[in-house]
Amino acid sequence: MAASIVDAVTESLAPYPGARVLEVRLRVGVLSALDEESLQFCWQLSTEDSPLQGSRLTVKSLPIVMHCAVCAADRELPGVQSLSCPVCGAPATDLRQGRELDIDSIEIEEAEVPQ
Amino acid sequence: MTTRIVELRRGILKKNDELAAGLRATYAAAGVLVLNLVSSPGTGKTAFLERTLRELKARGQRVAALVGDLETDNDARRLAASGAPVRQINTHGICHLDAEMIGRHIDGWEGVTLPNLDFLFIENVGNLVCPSSYDLGEAIRVALLSVTEGEDKPLKYPTLFNSADAAVITKIDIAEPCGFDRDLALKNINAIRPGIQIFETSSKSGAGMETWLAWLEQERAARKA
Repeated sequence: MAASIVDAVTESLAPYPGARVLEVRLRVGVLSALDEESLQFCWQLSTEDSPLQGSRLTVKSLPIVMHCAVCAADRELPGVQSLSCPVCGAPATDLRQGRELDIDSIEIEEAEVPQ
Repeated sequence: MTTRIVELRRGILKKNDELAAGLRATYAAAGVLVLNLVSSPGTGKTAFLERTLRELKARGQRVAALVGDLETDNDARRLAASGAPVRQINTHGICHLDAEMIGRHIDGWEGVTLPNLDFLFIENVGNLVCPSSYDLGEAIRVALLSVTEGEDKPLKYPTLFNSADAAVITKIDIAEPCGFDRDLALKNINAIRPGIQIFETSSKSGAGMETWLAWLEQERAARKA
C-alpha cells in the first residue's frame, strides 16, 4: 500500500521537476483496509530515496455514511460494528461513504528555477 | 523556495482498479463467472474449493482455479485432485493477490482459455485484511468463516465481510464440539453486511454443498441472461 502511494505521488510530480514532497494527505474510509499505524510505521522506509523522503503523512478518516431508504436521508454511522440506520434501524445496504482509499492532495516544495 | 498544494484526488489503488476493470470486461465477454475466495489461513478454503470444483465438474460445468500463497504449490496440487485445471500463484511475501498477478497467470495458462470455462475460482492468500482492498475483477467475492474461528470474526474484520457478496460458514460437521453459536454468527455477519447470502457447509460430509452449487449455477445463468 505504501509503495502504491509512493508510485502515485512520484508520477504526479512530472510537471514539477526536482520538487520535493513535504506532505501527503490521504482520505481513508473507516471500512477500508488501511491501518494508519502500520502505514506511519513503514512510511520513512518506504519513501527513502524517493522525492517523498522526509515527508509527513496525514490521514483523514471518513465515517460510514449510508443512505436510509426508510428515512429518505443520508445517515452517518457512529462505528463499524452495526451497519444499520442509527435513527430507524433499517439495514445499511446502500453505502455512500466509508470505503475511500484516496490520495487527496500533496504539498510540495518546487525546485529553484535558475534565473 | 515555493511550496504549493497539488490536488490529486485519486485512488491509492487506481492502477489495480483499472487492471481489474479490464479483467472484469474480459471475463464478461468470455461468459465465465469469476469468484474470489477470501478468509483467514486455516478456514478450509482449499478443502471447500476442492469439493466445489469436483462436484461442479461432475455436474458438467467447466471449472478452473487460480490459487494464491506466499510460497509452495501444495494447494495447487491438492486442488488438482479435483481433476480441474489449477494454477498456483506464489506472491513471495505479498499478503494478497492483485489484478496484475491474475492477468499474468491467466495469460499463457496451458490448456485453459476463458471462453472454454463456466467458472473460474480464485483462492486468495489467507488474510482477512488486505485482500478486501484489491479488486481482481471478480463477479462475486466470497468470505469464508469456519466454526473453529469464533462467531465475532465478522465484527473484528468488518472490512472484509462488508465487501463480500456471499459468506460461507465451513466445517459445520464439528460445530457442536466447538461450541459454535450459529445464531450469533449469523447475527454478526448480518450486522456487518445486511442481507448477505450465507451458506453453511462441510467439505468433509458434503452438508450444505448442494445449496451452494445450485446457487452458483443460478448466479451464472442469471448473469448470462
